[in-house]
Amino acid sequence: MSLENKILSSQSDAGEAWMPDLRTSIAGVEFQNPVMTASGTFGSGMEYGEFVDLNRLGAVVTKGVANIPWPGNPTPRVTEVYGGMLNAIGLQNPGIDVFMERDIPFLKQYDKTKIIVNVCGKSVQDYVDVVERLGEEPAVALLEINVSCPNVKEGAIAFGQKADALYNITAELKKHARQPIMMKLSPNVTDITEMARAAEAAGADALSLINTITGMKIDIHRRRFAIANKTGGMSGPAIKPIAIRMVWQVAQAVKLPILGMGGIATAEDAIEFLLAGASAISVGAMNFVNPYATVEILEGIEAYMRQYKVEKLTDLIGAVR
Amino acid sequence: MKQKTIGKVISQRELAPAIFDLWLETELARDVKPGQFVGVFPKDKSTLLPRPISICEVNEEKTALRIVYRIAGQGTKEFSGYQAGETVQLLGVLGNGFPVEEGLGKRVFLMGGGIGVPPMVQLAKVLSSKTGECGAATVIQSIMGYRDAQNFLKGELERYGEVFVATEDGSVGTKGNVMDAIRENALKADVIFACGPMPMLRAIKNYAEEQGIPAYISLEEHMACGVGACLGCVVKTKEVDHHSHVHNARICTDGPVFEAREVEI
Repeated sequence: MSLENKILSSQSDAGEAWMPDLRTSIAGVEFQNPVMTASGTFGSGMEYGEFVDLNRLGAVVTKGVANIPWPGNPTPRVTEVYGGMLNAIGLQNPGIDVFMERDIPFLKQYDKTKIIVNVCGKSVQDYVDVVERLGEEPAVALLEINVSCPNVKEGAIAFGQKADALYNITAELKKHARQPIMMKLSPNVTDITEMARAAEAAGADALSLINTITGMKIDIHRRRFAIANKTGGMSGPAIKPIAIRMVWQVAQAVKLPILGMGGIATAEDAIEFLLAGASAISVGAMNFVNPYATVEILEGIEAYMRQYKVEKLTDLIGAVR
Repeated sequence: MKQKTIGKVISQRELAPAIFDLWLETELARDVKPGQFVGVFPKDKSTLLPRPISICEVNEEKTALRIVYRIAGQGTKEFSGYQAGETVQLLGVLGNGFPVEEGLGKRVFLMGGGIGVPPMVQLAKVLSSKTGECGAATVIQSIMGYRDAQNFLKGELERYGEVFVATEDGSVGTKGNVMDAIRENALKADVIFACGPMPMLRAIKNYAEEQGIPAYISLEEHMACGVGACLGCVVKTKEVDHHSHVHNARICTDGPVFEAREVEI
């Protein structure tokens, strides 16, 4: 135990209140705490602002935004599976113009919470256009590049399943981005560390993982696919062990900071991700199950730090032995 | 203000085979519009998502709400076993509800098909308690479609006006669907409120357009969040929607009730 920790524990033993330091950072961007939202599960925060104080989150990671409006896939787009769900929304979004006029000003009201924008596209140029527009807005702290959505036919995952394609788009976006870029990795690959290394070699500033795992469900009574897209991305508590494993593998393979996610339902889940090597975590499908999940997880992390007398959150990152 | 909160089971009974009638004591009952719905969470942790179920009725004290649902899967099967005194997690109140004011002082059709019948009870109650401009009475005619003679909630709807029944097997009322019942009884209305399966709503949309009258139809779709964030439950719209600026309205928040001309179904 370090001297600082000894002092700290003697203080808390004496019953004096102390606040764990929840701050964390990704690619030089500092966050008040590590609790964020997984892209696509939280819109731009408006809907869940009715349930939680958005100012308490480390960051809101927005739904993916493209250069133009995207209509998304036919319905049904969502279905439940054991311990999780499948979705194939198809990145319905209003495009960057509406996003800059409406969503960014909304999020700017919450000055304690950083804005991370998820960027999607069908071609490299689509991504470049969005990244350049977002460069005009200093309130956007970080860009999450969606190269891993399994539910759109063109673009997206096409860039995220081959190391050379991921390298090329990362290198290209690095030339145009004013903010740090965080590549969102797909779990639907043979070796995720190969993808992580390609992104790092191309100059990515951070990585986020995992996106959803491609799955399928068949309605046996109607003998039809449960979702119109046939396949969908699986999320929810059932995928957590896969996500933890991948975060740990990637943390071993590269030096980049990691935003970890995949099935986080509780503070205990979030702490597992931090210990595996994530610098921050995102809550996704569980927002649908418990709209207060983000803040409850934040409070649970704080309680854990008090219980184990962890002074700084950063002491937990990658601390698994 | 939407919230996730607790409901306490007051009573439950089976109205018809696999159709259950559940009264829940909950603060959500304070402010409910006919046609709104709640998300009901199963307790089994393998089933995570809230089940969207329309509100059938609210008690006079606004302390309890009633849902009438069909067993459609694992979640609703679990609900059907709930006993008085049990607690259940609820998300609500969700959706826009029916525009009651559009029916006041007019000849109104309430049309329900199968498990689309329940929300018509609260709607009938509210419509019948109010008058239109200059005190004009609201005339309610309910046209309900069922598979067979299990005509749940029919008796309750009769308190608010005439009820016409269509059954698929012809055991009660008109043999056929609700549109056949309208034709057979030569019924006329100024405005329609409807909830039911998609083929029925399509037929009502066409009928309303032919008649040149408004029809407010309540749609159903698989949902995840229920609050407008996930974009899972969309319907194609005639005009560009205000959220994504495409042609997809969110059924959970922009609906579930739409003027039939606004949606492409």
